[in-house]
Amino acid sequence: MLAAALRKELLLQWRSRGQMMAVFVFGATALLLFSFAIGPNAEMLRTFSSGFLWLGLLLSSTLTLAESFHGEMENRALEGLLLLPSDPRALYYGKAIANWLQLTLLGCALVPVMVILYDAGTLQLLKLLAIIMLGAAGLSAPGTLYAAMTSQVKAKQMLLPLLLFPLIVPALLASVKATSLVILGDPMDQSKAWITLLAAFDLIYWSLCGLLFGRVVED
Amino acid sequence: MNRTSNAPYAVLALGVALLLFGSFHGLAVAPAETYMGEVQRIMYVHVPTAWNWMLAVLWAFACAVAFLFTSNMKWDSRMEAGLEVGVLLAFLLCCQGSIWAKPTWGVWWDWDPRLTSVAVLLAASLGIMALRSFVDDPMRRAVWSAVATIIASVDLPIVYYSVKWWNSLHQEQSTPQTVDSVYHLPLRVNAFGVLFVMIGFIWLRTRVAALKLRQETAIPHTYEEAGELA
Repeated sequence: MLAAALRKELLLQWRSRGQMMAVFVFGATALLLFSFAIGPNAEMLRTFSSGFLWLGLLLSSTLTLAESFHGEMENRALEGLLLLPSDPRALYYGKAIANWLQLTLLGCALVPVMVILYDAGTLQLLKLLAIIMLGAAGLSAPGTLYAAMTSQVKAKQMLLPLLLFPLIVPALLASVKATSLVILGDPMDQSKAWITLLAAFDLIYWSLCGLLFGRVVED
Repeated sequence: MNRTSNAPYAVLALGVALLLFGSFHGLAVAPAETYMGEVQRIMYVHVPTAWNWMLAVLWAFACAVAFLFTSNMKWDSRMEAGLEVGVLLAFLLCCQGSIWAKPTWGVWWDWDPRLTSVAVLLAASLGIMALRSFVDDPMRRAVWSAVATIIASVDLPIVYYSVKWWNSLHQEQSTPQTVDSVYHLPLRVNAFGVLFVMIGFIWLRTRVAALKLRQETAIPHTYEEAGELA
């Protein structure tokens, strides 16, 4: 069932890939705008580059996460899915994994934009990829759960960031710190501690949100 | 429970009386602190507010868990009260902290683990209250806000420790062991004062929430009432 749910989500995402492109353009534009907040100071832009990357990804994530339950609201599709003789958690994890992959892809796509705009390159690409994957997982687990709630409410565009942003503060902090250590150099080898924190955050929320999802969609 | 009993008012009055006594003691009787001077007297309200804010958060979390296990709407009303009083205390905490921080640290705000945790949870609680106001179905509202409350409460220790690693300037927590005994009396009296005021507020707010819920779920008795609802 999990595989089927994941396959359905990925297929939906693939078929609406134009939307993904639009979200990428949104994120890249956000990165462009952040540089105007600092001014043409190359040194400062490089220092803040990882923060900008994650803020850009966070802002874009509200668009993609909200989308993940949008389709289920038409023709009461969610009710139909819940009537299937399987655990609603499979539906949650299917959506959360799909969102995670989408956000990881988006994060990787935004990295070259960051490198070009802020001159913030690195050769530790695998480490950077691991941080993006862990950070994206931290966004997608609670994000998918909150999207399930807010998609059924009138003010969905406003409520999702309102609920999600305070919650992911530790994940954002750890991702920004780890990324900036990768980009600016890490003489004290501190990045391990931040990656561990990020992994702990992911572990807690991937299990807790899956546990609670059944209650969120019940009628 | 008797919905019109005066018990919460009595608790509130006791809390106010204790606060008046403790604050008088703190302002007029206890000596000024050597390094910070008169400014330090804000501790007599700041520290009790902080302790009780944590209790309010714990209460809201406990109510949320109790609601998910029992599905009894009583716990939803209690959680709503705990959340709102928690928001009030967190807001007071930020204001008092800023007033204290400006003359002693030279800044209004600092990215200290405790400050940041309070601010993050304040934002999260406001988000949950916004969610509550947008959901019309009482059962759904109760379940969703209980889930959101649990998720936000679990976040609190993670925020605390992550910010602690990140940066710190706040003085060590005050406990009776780190504070000289002349400062104990007003601090303890005020702690109980804020506690009783908080209990009174939560009690009354629970009552309001329960009444609102009853009004929401009541079957309209007359044709006119039904028309009003439609």
